[in-house]
Amino acid sequence: MPKDSGIGASIKRREDVRFLTGAGNYTDDINVAGQTYAYFLRSTVAHGKIVSVDTAAASKMPGVLRIFTGADFEAVGGLPCGWQITSRNGEVMKEPRHPILASGKVRHVGDPIAAVVAKSLAEARDAAEAIGVEIEELPAVVDMRAAISGAAPAVHDEAPDNLCYDWGFVEENREAVDAAIKSAHHVTTLELTNNRLVANPMEPRVAIGDFNRASGDSTLYTTSQNPHVIRLLMGAFVLGIPEHKLRVIAPDVGGGFGTKIFHYAEEAFCTFAAKALNKPVKWTADRSEAFITDAHGRDHVTKIELALDKDGKFLAIRTATLANMGAYLSTFAPSVPTWLHGTLMAGTYTTPLIYCNVKAVFTNTVPVDAYRGAGRPEATFQLERVIDKAAREMGIDPVEIRRRNFIPADAFPYQTPVAVAYDTGDYHATMDKLVEIADFAGFEARRAESAKRGKLRGLGLSSYIEACGIAPSNLVGQLGARAGLYESATVRVNAAGGIVVMTGSHSHGQGHETTFPQVIAEMFGCPEANVEIVHGDTGRGPMGMGTYGSRSIAVGGAAMVRAAEKIIAKAKRIASHLMEAAVEDVEFANGVFSVAGTDKKVDFGSVALAAYVPHNYPLESIEPGLEETAFYDPSNFTYPAGAYAAEVEVDPETGAVTLLAFSAADDFGNVINPMIVTGQVHGGIAQGIGQALLESAVYDANGQLLTGSYMDYAMPRADDLPMYAVDHSCQTPCTHNPLGVKGCGEAGAIGSPPALVNAVLDALNAGGIGVEHIDMPLSPSRVWAAIQSAK
Amino acid sequence: MYAFDYQKAGSVSDALAALKAEDAQPISGGQTLIPTLKARLAAPSALIDLSGIAEMKGIEVAGGMVKIGGAVTHQSVADHAGVKAAIPALAQLAAHIGDPAVRHKGTIGGSVANNDPSACYPSACLGLGATIHSSAGDMAADEFFQGMFATALDAGQIVTGVSFPIPEKAAYMKFVQPASRFALVGVFVSKGAGGVRVAVTGASESGVFRWTAAEDALAGNFSPDSVPPAPAADGMIGDIHGSPEYRAHLVAVMTKRAVKAC
Repeated sequence: MPKDSGIGASIKRREDVRFLTGAGNYTDDINVAGQTYAYFLRSTVAHGKIVSVDTAAASKMPGVLRIFTGADFEAVGGLPCGWQITSRNGEVMKEPRHPILASGKVRHVGDPIAAVVAKSLAEARDAAEAIGVEIEELPAVVDMRAAISGAAPAVHDEAPDNLCYDWGFVEENREAVDAAIKSAHHVTTLELTNNRLVANPMEPRVAIGDFNRASGDSTLYTTSQNPHVIRLLMGAFVLGIPEHKLRVIAPDVGGGFGTKIFHYAEEAFCTFAAKALNKPVKWTADRSEAFITDAHGRDHVTKIELALDKDGKFLAIRTATLANMGAYLSTFAPSVPTWLHGTLMAGTYTTPLIYCNVKAVFTNTVPVDAYRGAGRPEATFQLERVIDKAAREMGIDPVEIRRRNFIPADAFPYQTPVAVAYDTGDYHATMDKLVEIADFAGFEARRAESAKRGKLRGLGLSSYIEACGIAPSNLVGQLGARAGLYESATVRVNAAGGIVVMTGSHSHGQGHETTFPQVIAEMFGCPEANVEIVHGDTGRGPMGMGTYGSRSIAVGGAAMVRAAEKIIAKAKRIASHLMEAAVEDVEFANGVFSVAGTDKKVDFGSVALAAYVPHNYPLESIEPGLEETAFYDPSNFTYPAGAYAAEVEVDPETGAVTLLAFSAADDFGNVINPMIVTGQVHGGIAQGIGQALLESAVYDANGQLLTGSYMDYAMPRADDLPMYAVDHSCQTPCTHNPLGVKGCGEAGAIGSPPALVNAVLDALNAGGIGVEHIDMPLSPSRVWAAIQSAK
Repeated sequence: MYAFDYQKAGSVSDALAALKAEDAQPISGGQTLIPTLKARLAAPSALIDLSGIAEMKGIEVAGGMVKIGGAVTHQSVADHAGVKAAIPALAQLAAHIGDPAVRHKGTIGGSVANNDPSACYPSACLGLGATIHSSAGDMAADEFFQGMFATALDAGQIVTGVSFPIPEKAAYMKFVQPASRFALVGVFVSKGAGGVRVAVTGASESGVFRWTAAEDALAGNFSPDSVPPAPAADGMIGDIHGSPEYRAHLVAVMTKRAVKAC
């Protein structure tokens, strides 16, 4: 019988009651007494020299409190970058200043030139239109190959060749990889683009700065996945506000997908302006603004070569990637194409030799940073695409070629040639499960049925691996990270038994308020309803690192377990006193402390009460109270993995692709709430389908975003998606965190795009249309064009 | 949005009087105009709301004609039993415009007067040989549509309704643009007393048009096999969603499918 409480129970999400009844408290729902409104005047050209900004007339308009320009921010820091990459030649990356408001030049459409603060938003907007801006337009650079050609205009004077860094990994392997490719029986080569995406969380970004003149304290309310990180970056590097004078609150957040990790100019602006004006300052992005200011995702161009022996065994992989950074370095941008990408190039396979070269390029476009998966989808896409192409070229079944190269289940822990060591996995098991749930056996019959209707049916698969919970901190520090990657939790047991967990993880859709109490309920033997989760407020919990990279349960959950273990250890000592027994003899199960071999027992609530009403209590040896904090720094990443399949039908007359079925067999290790995990996979797959079939951020040659609204940027809708078959019964628990969990947030977005593209190509090739590759999104017009060029 | 005055007109004559004010603009369902205003791309002095004018709200099916008032919403057309029985293709077209929110606000008069080159209704008007009723009098759809966003109406004039002759058979086939779900190419085919008509939306830089080569071929033999090869790509729209060649190709494919569905 399924559990109805604790770890493994599919409890319904408690937060949904408020979300679905309109009782959520999002940042835009917050209004501070005396609040004023900021409006940003943004560049409409992609590249230009700011000749003059005349605010005189606009400043006199009704309701205007003050107009800020770049000059107002010259004394404060620029937006910091949280990761420094070192190039192959030993030089550190180019890291140009990213000012809060543009200074001297504008570098992308949407770059803020001035900001008006007024009593109403309409007045601020009216005044912004009255600002006189003279910009001498410069040629823009959008295409990455052109940007580094030597003939392109420089986005930054500091990087005249538009190169941020030129990274090689593993540099020591390079010659051996070259030699293996030169002498291999077969080499499959593929050039592909990983399309630029706009994250498009349902809630646009919002920031409210507030300043308390009496205390000198600043408060920022913001739509963030990691309020402590924003406090650290903005306080220490931009505005010079110490942590004890700065509180950052990220309340309910309506989706992040990575793009709300980063520290943005509007956050620093509202905090700065609130102090300068001694009034709260609020900014809410509209959707058009989100398109040109939220960090975009992906945007890689890659050439990958896979060397194989005559039996289809992988011998070596060599990749060359151009990664778009956009106009400025967003908070974690440099890490995405490097340490979150190169380290994943072994995938689920035994390939012994791997070399990746990544050139990061500045262009006159919106900055690019982590988006659901961040580097790992890019790695998986190129790998799973080149493997499929190799299978077709060598006449090997796509399932079989993967099986021949899987790391066998008895080879763990497994050291890859790209630095990371996988602790556990069983890739044959997830492939077996996939073959079953996607009904591979019945596929040819389904294909024949489609053919009768004039449609081309295809089946495509992928095998992915993810690295979650990036850690340990001392290692990532050596790799260039400028932050720690631990997580914290405080567990407070109150006198009457109510439990509060203050976690550094942040829920913006993941369901932490439901799943974290399940872990405490399991450990303490109490109902979930006794446990409250507090997150998203630097004023209410210990320093935390937030939620991204599928790290919440693996790192934040582990910190909570460590704190709860401290609680149990202390409670045992208190119980041993109450039961007049030796602490070694005290056992704890199902919420009751007992002494082995006796009928002595005391329940958890009585121990908690004794801790706060310490009358019968050993005050000389145990402090009163029952509250513990733990910081957990993992010893390794976790490695979820799985196998995905897409089944599609292509209309050869129009190029339209219909997704008929999607199946996912994942290994997430232990699972806290299977229903929520299934939901996370559903969401990830929807975004992967979006990338593969619909979404693409497109710039014209002048740096204008052609897909600046939903009229041209195609988001997946419910009727674009089939029902999914999702299974996570294959479980090889993580060996190095206390819950044995691996993380599930990004898997769906990582594994699905190559399965879809492989399925469409299978449909075409099996239908006699020889097409080797189509770049995403596989829109009808692109598929049709590929069919025409194959004729 | 910039500030503007708002007036809900009670009758066509009220509306016309109010529209004489400088920079006054009519609004019906507002599904194009409101986003334009929000982006501050228009600054009318006043909006004259046509959506409450009783004489523009009815649907009549009589005398071989379906007459739809200008202020009738897409959803009302989609749900109307008389329309569904008389010209099912028209009800089906209305049922697939935008999403439910759009269909419950957007009106036929607004769509026809706006003449968006990717809108569905202009192809039905042209493809059925409709008569457009306006404050400037009645005119044939063939004269009314005059290119992208251009019609025979002048500023201050409004569409009050559309009369569609009931055909022997008709079908509309829309191939959607993936993002907006407007027609990348939409083809409305009908066969009736006035002969065969084939009207194409979404494809041409000149807006909705009649594909006369297909009409001539289908007049001889009304069968998918009679549809001629794709028209020339010259003058077709090219953008990130499809090249002129792709749109031209889709014109032929959608025409065949519409004929087959008739």
